[in-house]
Amino acid sequence: MSLKYRIACIVALIAASAWALFPRTVVERVKRNDGYVLDTVRRVPLRKGLDLQGGTHVTLEVDDSKAAVANKSEAIDRALKVVRTRVDQFGVSEPVVQKVGNDRIIVELPGIDDPQRATDIIQKSAFLEFQITDKTNALDRAIPRIDAAAKALAPVLASTKGGTTAPDTTKNALQGLFANDTAKKSPKDTAGKDTTKGKTDTKKDTAVTPQTGGPFSKLIQQGQFPGEYYVAQSDVPTLERYLADSTVKAAFPPGKVLRLAADSTQFGERYFRGLYVLDERPIMTGEYLTDARPSTSPTEGTLVEFQLNNEGGRRFRNETAKHIKDYMAIVLDGRVMGRPPVIQGAIGTRGQITMGGQDLQSAQDLALVLRAGALPVPLKVADSRIIGPSLGKDSIDQSMHAGIIALVLIVLIMVVYYRFSGVLAVVGLSLYVLYTLAALAGFDAVLTLPGLAGFVLSIGIAVDANVLIFERIREELDRGKSSRLSIDEGFRHALPAIIDSNVSTALTAAVLYQFGTGPVRGFAVTLLAGIVASMITSIFVVRTFYTIWLTRASEQQTLSI
Amino acid sequence: MIRIFHNTTYDFIRWWKVALGLTAAFIVLGIGSLLIKGVNYSIEFTGGTLMQLHFKQPPDAGQIRRALDGGGFRDAEIQQFGSDTAYTLRVQGTAEVAAQSAGADRIAQRVASILTKQFGPNDVSIPRIEAVGPRVGSELRRDALIAILLSFVVTLVYLAIRFEWRFGLAAIIATGHDIFTTLAFLKLMHLEVSLTVVAALLTVLGYSLNDTIIIFDRVRENLRKGRKESLYDVLNRSINETLPRSILTHTTAAAATLALLLFAGEVIRPFAWVMLFGIVTGTFSSIYIASPVLLWIERKYPRAAAAWKPSSTATATSRTRPSPATATR
Repeated sequence: MSLKYRIACIVALIAASAWALFPRTVVERVKRNDGYVLDTVRRVPLRKGLDLQGGTHVTLEVDDSKAAVANKSEAIDRALKVVRTRVDQFGVSEPVVQKVGNDRIIVELPGIDDPQRATDIIQKSAFLEFQITDKTNALDRAIPRIDAAAKALAPVLASTKGGTTAPDTTKNALQGLFANDTAKKSPKDTAGKDTTKGKTDTKKDTAVTPQTGGPFSKLIQQGQFPGEYYVAQSDVPTLERYLADSTVKAAFPPGKVLRLAADSTQFGERYFRGLYVLDERPIMTGEYLTDARPSTSPTEGTLVEFQLNNEGGRRFRNETAKHIKDYMAIVLDGRVMGRPPVIQGAIGTRGQITMGGQDLQSAQDLALVLRAGALPVPLKVADSRIIGPSLGKDSIDQSMHAGIIALVLIVLIMVVYYRFSGVLAVVGLSLYVLYTLAALAGFDAVLTLPGLAGFVLSIGIAVDANVLIFERIREELDRGKSSRLSIDEGFRHALPAIIDSNVSTALTAAVLYQFGTGPVRGFAVTLLAGIVASMITSIFVVRTFYTIWLTRASEQQTLSI
Repeated sequence: MIRIFHNTTYDFIRWWKVALGLTAAFIVLGIGSLLIKGVNYSIEFTGGTLMQLHFKQPPDAGQIRRALDGGGFRDAEIQQFGSDTAYTLRVQGTAEVAAQSAGADRIAQRVASILTKQFGPNDVSIPRIEAVGPRVGSELRRDALIAILLSFVVTLVYLAIRFEWRFGLAAIIATGHDIFTTLAFLKLMHLEVSLTVVAALLTVLGYSLNDTIIIFDRVRENLRKGRKESLYDVLNRSINETLPRSILTHTTAAAATLALLLFAGEVIRPFAWVMLFGIVTGTFSSIYIASPVLLWIERKYPRAAAAWKPSSTATATSRTRPSPATATR
């Protein structure tokens, strides 16, 4: 190849690299006045990994602890759509939601402030049901059977109680915090007008008589209308164990389900949770929901207003017409939201869910997950990584620092030892840095902390090819050959070793890429890009520099190496 | 022209027995303690929770300990991390990891609430949380093992294609030696085996192989020249001829690694330690493991003289010292 073409090649490579690294206009989500909007921004097309810019990485998998899931892969595909919608609405720039393997979803949310809230939103099943409370006192009739089943379970519970209740202590403490607010909440829950409430309360209050007796019945007391019961907050873990047991479940009245309330209520000094006996068949589910919006009302606090589509509205109207004067529970993910209100008249396409004493953000989050739809399967966190933004910035600063020091050391060693040739190598090295970064940008690779370390490391390894060639040229010069011949021979003899060593490292990097996850993958990519760039610069670019030098130098001039 | 180690004629191979003794002692010490105390896996492989805590004021480590003990985390491991206001906290106990199978982030939430209760939400921040469920952990462990074995096989195949099998086998044995010394080093330095450390280990293997290839490439070339030299002498000469290159390359690589070790922060430090040790063990094994093994293979399975020396003038008798065993006498 003639010198002209060589120079043209190098210039073209530099131009291509500069173009790949030049800030370009991309469309992405950006934060504007607390909200996220799609907008065009100019930025250098090198993406920083979560460990460098801060953010949350969550792997979700199907939670089959409660019910077996037949086709996990298919369930995950459906869940993926819901999770993606939720994440999109949650609003972060450049989120990643993808399926990995057969039964997992990776969610990456760069730079978010409240990771716990994010995982809650993603994980929430958001399965909404409207169920009519039982008015036949079916539970009271079933109590002897349930007690008998619970009695069999009681010794088991007593021995494991210490272990099982411990994880709930923080939960209880949290609910204790909310309790003051929940006590104030209104029991009115959907759009039916409920003016008789005050009267029923006073009338039914006399009916709150503690039932004593069996292990199950001693935990519950009759509430203010048929199908409503109360459980002391401290007894909730025990009760949940009973509810989860299959023999206890078998003793339940047929066609009915028992559901706990989502929030606790204060009566005097103590906190209670509602327990409701509901018709198993819901009169309505959230699948007909078209919209949900957070709202506040002076009398009811925060609430979520929802709207059903026409078909759902028609059904809802028919069903509620059949159940006038009944109580209707709004059940979200198996928990009754608020107190079931009385159905005053047929309800159409609009309704509302009161949020108890929770703040507006919870209402926003609930509205978000309702809009995105229910998860087809429950998901649980398989692993999570949360990096604060300040930590990421520290990592970048420190690696830059280390990189610059490494570069200075290497430049010093090369220039002092090889003089003029060392300078050529350093110029080659700076092109190497440019090419590597450009390759990373071109493949849209993500820079991670191990990736940066790999980059610093590969600068050290990149000089190896130069050193091999220079040492070889020195040997040839020692044998009394001319500069031109020595350079030729030096490159020719060093080539097999350079290729062999780089290929074996590249193979290792490829294996790492295949089997590595996240940060390790970033390392493998930088290593691969570094190997290719170092081969190009040491074999081709530095060689061209020598050719230029040879055409300008006189025959007798000695090579400074 | 500055020259270092130019035209040297050190008899490197002569010291192979001493070198072997030293490295064997190191490996026995490290691997022995590994077998007795077990591998110190990071939470990525065992499952568990890692949290980095930043305090406003330097906290009393005992206070953290007591708060965690009170919350039921008796086997949580608390370590200072860089400065006196930063700590890391590891919860890797079997009971806690098992609890994470219901949701990996549970333990982290509980620990966070304990700590904010103890120190107040403004005085402690948790900039890093890593939580890995038990199933993910065991899968990663399997993947890492597959990655190491596969990279082994792939490089062996490549060497078999580029060199003849004797060289390939010697290079692989040298690389195997590096795995053992690096594992011993990890144990003796009390470093955790994490994903990044496995990546560093694989890079070390690549680097060490690289170094062996450079010397073997010179051996291959010197053998083709068909001088009347024994393999022993050819090996020694090749090592000496590549010595300036080795010194310079290792110096620059070590300079880059030292910069990482000293300036790139706590998170990357274990990675840098493994790399730095890898440069040492890689250089050592290329000279003292790969070369003697090649001699040993050559003695066990001698090749035809013609294959060694393409020029017909060479004879089998020219190999005066065919094995390292005779060489040391």
